[in-house]
Amino acid sequence: METINLYTAIYMSEIYFVIFCIFIGIEVISNVPAILHTPLMSGANAISGIILVGAVIMIMKVDADDYLNLILGGIAVFLGTLNIAGGFFVTGRMLKMFNTKK
Amino acid sequence: MYTVIQVGYLLAAVSFILGLKFMSSPVRAKTGNTIAAIGMILAVVLTFIAALVFENSSIKITNLVVLIVAIIAGTVVGKRMSDQVPMTEMPQMVSIFNATGGGCAMLLGLIEANITNIALAGVGTLSLLTVGMATGAIAFSGSILAERKLSGKVKDNREKVTVLTARLLLISLVVLPVLYFSGFQPVNLTVFMYILAAIALVYGVLFVLPIGGADMPVVISLLNSITGVATAFAGFAIGNKVMIAGGILVGAAGLILTVLMTKAMNRSLLNVLAGKFKKSVAGGSAETAQEIKDISVAETALALSFAQKVAVVPGYGLAVAQAQHICAQMEQILEKRGTEVDYIIHPVAGRMPGHMNVLLAEANVDYDRLKEMEEGNEIMSQYDVVMVIGANDVVNPAAENNPDSPIFGMPIIRTHEAKQVIVMKRSMSTGYAGVQNDLFGMENCSILFGDAKVMLQEIVNQLKLI
Repeated sequence: METINLYTAIYMSEIYFVIFCIFIGIEVISNVPAILHTPLMSGANAISGIILVGAVIMIMKVDADDYLNLILGGIAVFLGTLNIAGGFFVTGRMLKMFNTKK
Repeated sequence: MYTVIQVGYLLAAVSFILGLKFMSSPVRAKTGNTIAAIGMILAVVLTFIAALVFENSSIKITNLVVLIVAIIAGTVVGKRMSDQVPMTEMPQMVSIFNATGGGCAMLLGLIEANITNIALAGVGTLSLLTVGMATGAIAFSGSILAERKLSGKVKDNREKVTVLTARLLLISLVVLPVLYFSGFQPVNLTVFMYILAAIALVYGVLFVLPIGGADMPVVISLLNSITGVATAFAGFAIGNKVMIAGGILVGAAGLILTVLMTKAMNRSLLNVLAGKFKKSVAGGSAETAQEIKDISVAETALALSFAQKVAVVPGYGLAVAQAQHICAQMEQILEKRGTEVDYIIHPVAGRMPGHMNVLLAEANVDYDRLKEMEEGNEIMSQYDVVMVIGANDVVNPAAENNPDSPIFGMPIIRTHEAKQVIVMKRSMSTGYAGVQNDLFGMENCSILFGDAKVMLQEIVNQLKLI
């Protein structure tokens, strides 16, 4: 029970945070019309590239002579950046094509 | 400094919400994308500065070099890829970018396991890390396989062994970490994480393998959602709120799209994942012989030129034939003659949510002309001619009036209610669901056989003459 109480104390605000995020996410995204579903998906995809923040923190924590983890970290940063750059660029390119004469 | 960074993270999280919110209108969506991108850059730059400032010992030059090289390489490659991809291959591109996010989450988990002392780190953090790592690995290999399948390099595999092995692996992905963190530790944390990563990677492959082509919109949305969840768990483990917020938002977006897609096909998520269809009742009314009327290019052009209101119903066949530009050209010619042309788009047309809309936008079609299914159905009887281009199951009336049909209950575009329907098809083969299309035998329906692009070109040529 004590451990459970401990974890509750540590994580409770995070759990509130997560639940509110879920509701905001659902609320915001439900209003996206079907014509923009592809850009929505690739835009959301780019946002999941925020994992790069974790990769940057991680690679700076690794010892400078720990080559295995440096390589893994380098790949992680590369993948994360690719996710962000590719995602936002391709979403922008798609959105530029949506035009109306009105 | 701590405050600056935290406030920056908060701004980034808000920018993500705004970015997604602005997606609700095509006019503001561009601004939204830019806002989210700026928030992202802010978050990454602040993290970078924080890593430099809080580094209590001397700055690790090697790490810094690796970091900067990787970021530059990622940006350059990402820009290149996004500039070169044709719009027809957007589902593949999105899958690849999704794989990169998942791969990043997986590697984070592995590195953390390598450098963490299990005795010092709490079980809570470690289990969060494990979940993030495993979901990341599933999203990674699953997305790569999805890309391979979308490009037609890998075929579906629905054998019992595949499905059973997948289930077994999924169970072990749950059971093994529970055992490990409750004290049963035959191997050290690093080895355990590598084993788990391997299982998750294989599971990702087996999980996408049975899923058929037209179900791809569901699986792409789901994989997108899984990457978001992986990001959120990694954020939990590191204690970084902007990662949690970003991850959860993406997870919610993917989940909503997944639900929308399964609804638009009237199928349960479980059936999609197992690659299953409701068995059609053998010898049912669906197998009756049909009388097919075919129609020539000249007749089609004539019908179009006399029509006041025309609708185009595009499907995946339009993307395969790369016929979006010539289709838009036909629309422009008709509009010049005063004919009204609309596009009616089924939610699951194509290989990802919204696929058809992007293709038509690429061909310069005004987005006011793009109608959703319900909108089109309401005014269907007003259309003089409906052209069905490369779509099949989504216009099959059996979904509404034949309870024995495997697709019964799926919402369809009711083209059969229009005055005249012209279906462009390469052959009489059935659609994805493998059922005969009752529309083709109907009084008001005729079929124009041939490749969509070639036929549309000929129609355009004829229209210019009339």
